[in-house]
Amino acid sequence: MPKNALKPREKKAFASRLSWLVHQQLFIPLAALALLILFNLIGDSSFFSIYIRTNNSGNKVLGGNLISVINDGSELAILAIGMTLVTAASGGQDISVGANMAIAGSVIMRILCGSASVANQAQAPVIVAFLAACGVCMLFGAFNGILVAYLKLQPMVATLILFTAGRSIASWINHAQPMNLKDPVLSYFGTYIPGIPIPTPVFIAIACMIVAALVLKFTTIGLYAQSVGINASSSRLNGLNPALIKFLTYVILGLCVAVAGFVKVSRVSTINYSNFAIDIEMDAILAVALGGNALSGGKFSMPASILGAYTIQFLTTTLYKYKVPSTALPAYKAAVVVILVVLSAPTFQAKATKAWKKLTAKSGAKEAV
Amino acid sequence: MQEGAVLEMRGISKFFPGVKALQNVDFTLRSGEIHALMGENGAGKSTLIKVLTGVYEKDAGDIYIAGQNGAVSIRRPQDAQKWGISTVYQEITLCPNLTVAENMYIARTPGSFTSWKKMNAGAKRLLEELGIPAEPGRQLGDYSIAVQQMVAIARAVDMDCKVLILDEPTSSLDEQEVAKLFRLMRDLRAKGVGILFVTHFLDQVYEVCDRITVLRDGQLVGEYAIENLPRVQLVSKMLGKELDDMAAIKDDSAADQAASGAPVLEAQGLSSSDAVYPFDFSIRQGEVNGFTGLLGSGRSECVRAIFGADHVTGGHVRVNGKAAKIRKPLDAMKHGIGYLPEDRKRDGIVGDLSVRENIILALQVLQGPFKPISRAQAEKYADEYIRLLEIKTASSATPINQLSGGNQQKVILARWLLTNPQYLILDEPTRGIDIGTKTEIQKLVLKLAAQGKSCTFISSEIDEMLRTCSRLVVMRDRHVVGELTGDDLNQTKIMETIAGGEH
Amino acid sequence: MGTKIVRKDGRLQKRFVMSDSNVLLTITIVVFFAMYAAAIVFLGSGFRKPNSFCNILNENAGMIILSCGMSIVMITGGIDISVGMMTALITMTCAVNLDMHGGNIFTALLISLGIGLAFGLVQGYLVAYLDIQPFIVSLAGMFFAKGMTTIVNANPINIQNAAFIAAKDTHILLKGIGYMNKKGKFITAYVEPGVIVALVIVVLLFVLLKWTKLGRSFYAVGGNAASANMLGINVRRTKFLAHLLCSTLAGIGGFVYVLHLGSGSVTNGQGAEMNAIASSIIGGTMLTGGVGNIIGTLFGVLSLNTIKQIVASMNLTDPWWKDITVAAMICLFLVIQKIVLARKKTV
Repeated sequence: MPKNALKPREKKAFASRLSWLVHQQLFIPLAALALLILFNLIGDSSFFSIYIRTNNSGNKVLGGNLISVINDGSELAILAIGMTLVTAASGGQDISVGANMAIAGSVIMRILCGSASVANQAQAPVIVAFLAACGVCMLFGAFNGILVAYLKLQPMVATLILFTAGRSIASWINHAQPMNLKDPVLSYFGTYIPGIPIPTPVFIAIACMIVAALVLKFTTIGLYAQSVGINASSSRLNGLNPALIKFLTYVILGLCVAVAGFVKVSRVSTINYSNFAIDIEMDAILAVALGGNALSGGKFSMPASILGAYTIQFLTTTLYKYKVPSTALPAYKAAVVVILVVLSAPTFQAKATKAWKKLTAKSGAKEAV
Repeated sequence: MQEGAVLEMRGISKFFPGVKALQNVDFTLRSGEIHALMGENGAGKSTLIKVLTGVYEKDAGDIYIAGQNGAVSIRRPQDAQKWGISTVYQEITLCPNLTVAENMYIARTPGSFTSWKKMNAGAKRLLEELGIPAEPGRQLGDYSIAVQQMVAIARAVDMDCKVLILDEPTSSLDEQEVAKLFRLMRDLRAKGVGILFVTHFLDQVYEVCDRITVLRDGQLVGEYAIENLPRVQLVSKMLGKELDDMAAIKDDSAADQAASGAPVLEAQGLSSSDAVYPFDFSIRQGEVNGFTGLLGSGRSECVRAIFGADHVTGGHVRVNGKAAKIRKPLDAMKHGIGYLPEDRKRDGIVGDLSVRENIILALQVLQGPFKPISRAQAEKYADEYIRLLEIKTASSATPINQLSGGNQQKVILARWLLTNPQYLILDEPTRGIDIGTKTEIQKLVLKLAAQGKSCTFISSEIDEMLRTCSRLVVMRDRHVVGELTGDDLNQTKIMETIAGGEH
Repeated sequence: MGTKIVRKDGRLQKRFVMSDSNVLLTITIVVFFAMYAAAIVFLGSGFRKPNSFCNILNENAGMIILSCGMSIVMITGGIDISVGMMTALITMTCAVNLDMHGGNIFTALLISLGIGLAFGLVQGYLVAYLDIQPFIVSLAGMFFAKGMTTIVNANPINIQNAAFIAAKDTHILLKGIGYMNKKGKFITAYVEPGVIVALVIVVLLFVLLKWTKLGRSFYAVGGNAASANMLGINVRRTKFLAHLLCSTLAGIGGFVYVLHLGSGSVTNGQGAEMNAIASSIIGGTMLTGGVGNIIGTLFGVLSLNTIKQIVASMNLTDPWWKDITVAAMICLFLVIQKIVLARKKTV
């Protein structure tokens, strides 16, 4: 036997530890992320360099691909928080988050621009616009919540309604005008606060994650959402109110949508109703799935979803870097996603292990001879 | 293969991660016999069935079928069907959205086209032959579980099977339906079919079976002819130890004490939307009472109304003398009432959550959403009850759906005990449970009563209730028709009260 | 359908009872005719012309085929949200083939079928044999198709191929059906060849679902996949074939669509999957599986488009109105489905 080959017992211990690792939920997004990082480093060893640059407003800020990913992924991470809870408790997904974000952006622009479509100065404090957006989006979240929790409609079908009508509502709020705010006060939230080199969305995202962590630690929403998602009937007989809990998750998602919409509209201080946050619902659902959470509800891991969100953003950024035109982007994303989902599918893993065992058994037998 | 055998299983083994479900088990089924397969939960009965029907793949051993040379391979349900093995499960394995006739014939007809005329005609004939009250053209989902099960059996019967497996078929049937089923089984036996009958009802085994095979802890204990195995011996073989005289469990002094305790819960005119007629109910401190009656008489519905699990439509309730409004489970819980539901899988366990999370769930809800029970505290509670109730689980972090039925039941019991209730409602706590755990649960109920807690015990086995209850509420057709105490607590009197009418 | 015996006023009576499927179908058909009748009465001239109805068929031949495929997949309990973008991909690929590679109608048809089959094979395999959720698989399919469309050709193409345009402009006149216009000329109504294809497919699928084993196994798997497995149905193969059929039909539908539209663009078919789902729901197909029928889906498509026409002819040109009415219709039918499902069952 070769000198540095592992002894059979060590091999077994290693194999079982490897098996434990692979079965951890965080493994999937971490593995994906690791692959992407590796892929990028091989292509361009300076991919992760962070440097100082001067932005349009003349401030010194950090630049680089890594910063791009973390910055651009903020909205997705915030959405992933709410989407995870909704998936866990109701076993379905909310496909209206993009349309709802458009509504948020629309409300904010309306309040800040007043009755004109172009404004040189904000017509109200930004905080007022933000709170208004929260209120409106949570109301729409409540609408979805009522359909799912009290009318017992399937989530994807129920949210199909807002998905269909949402952008029209957003457009109607501003009479279909594109709106443009020239006052830089909003852009501080979407780009950089003068003097701070890290983009503000990053801070907002981190703040949301901290709030989420605190809520999960100091309330029972995590346990309740899981319980209701796994077995609503049993949960009821333990004193829980499944309908209320499901309803609340949709309202929480509405709040997340408002924050994400705020961040997004702050980046450009203008809004295009048909393109704003287009397809982001698919990315959000993918983030939850990539995080290893069952789309049919039940147990969940919030950190895994957030990691999934950044992984998807990382994928997007990688593709841009390789000069993939934005219209062709979806094709590459799809291929990567399929590969990842297939690799993490239990049926595939079972088939693969079986095949692997057959293969190693044969070679093991060969060795013995 | 042995003379006259239709099926032989030799040396069957099946392993799951951490569990040896079956070890080297043999089983023989002869033509024209009704053969009972018995054992506690976790003994391996359902695993053996699943191996035979292709739901699981065995890890070792061979299966032989009459008329086939050498061992046969059964890897999928279709293979089992091919060899003439038909199964009727406890859970309905039909499609409720299809018609009765279609369910009887689907995946069995030759060719690619469906002839509705032929199907309906054939189904009608078969349903009439077997006396099943169903119409071929109606959606199956429109009928009750009992009728659906009979349709499933009709399908199996029509498939000219050599081996018919009935997995706990009588759990949802009433006496008349059970009698029909047995008549059917005897007809089939006469035709030479080998019937494998899995059940927990000892009476039924002795009524209709010819042989018994006993499993324990995944291993074969033995195969016996029914006339050579009296009940007490059967039970002791299943448990692997000598049994105390179970009739002597109850301590009469406790019953006397209970009769003078303060009333814990009183209900007048309680009714619910689940069609329970208004009934009165009361229970005292330290008392154990029960609800009895035929299947469908409304026992579960009554206790669910007490717990607020169904939509309560009327009535006044007093807890410890003070008026109380119990409209939902949380209200009942706040008054110190706990409820172990009849359908463990649907209403009891939260499958993917761990044993620990299942145990603390009710207590957590009582504490409210802003006082989460810490992981360390939860583990302490869980370990305490795992030890106390001897719950067999790899750890407190194991998902509860990996435990056997009996152990799952213990976890749910632990959940309610943790809330320290003053009144515990147990609806069929011993259904689908092995005899050892059954006795433990009955003893536990009496211990709770001795500690001053009240308990309502519902069971389909009147023996169990006679052993533990000091008062029995008798129900018929969703009405309370009587209350029996003291000397009236015997089988005859109970039957008379249930039957009612002229003697 | 069947009868149940009830005791009413002391006498035994036979009551006719319908299955959930049939109740929903009846409601859909009644609603459609009621809507159309109301349109004729209140909105007059436009709707009274048979040509308008024919136009609805002409515009939506592709959608009918797409929706039928969607219904089949929904009946088995799955879903396929890639069909919209597949349509875009098909229109673009056909356009490129016809104008840049000297293709003809037949090559275009072959390409459409090929794309449909390819998507169906891959998606079907992933869903049926690797147990991956249909939503995720078809989501990836949708992304893939969207990206591929611009990779095939970055800009929209208006097809110039002469033979193709001739086929596109073929009108099958329905002699005797039409209206007299203001100048006294009789304008005959017409249908395009795509409509014939759509109607033939509807009939074939109706036969498939009602009278073939495969069709019945779709219902069984959708009703209770575990039971269907125990009953001996090959659940994996059934799901695989459902997805294959849906994607292939999307291929045909895409071809009919490009035949009608005459151009290839990434915006073609945008939102078509949601329309197909909506049409199926309105037609009585339940997203949970096991319930649904093709005739209902046909009427669902007609209803959806009738309501859009009604809105348009009421001079509510704001796109907001169209979306709101569609959303409201979906809402209404979902509630109806819930009510039907919650009917008190017997025995």
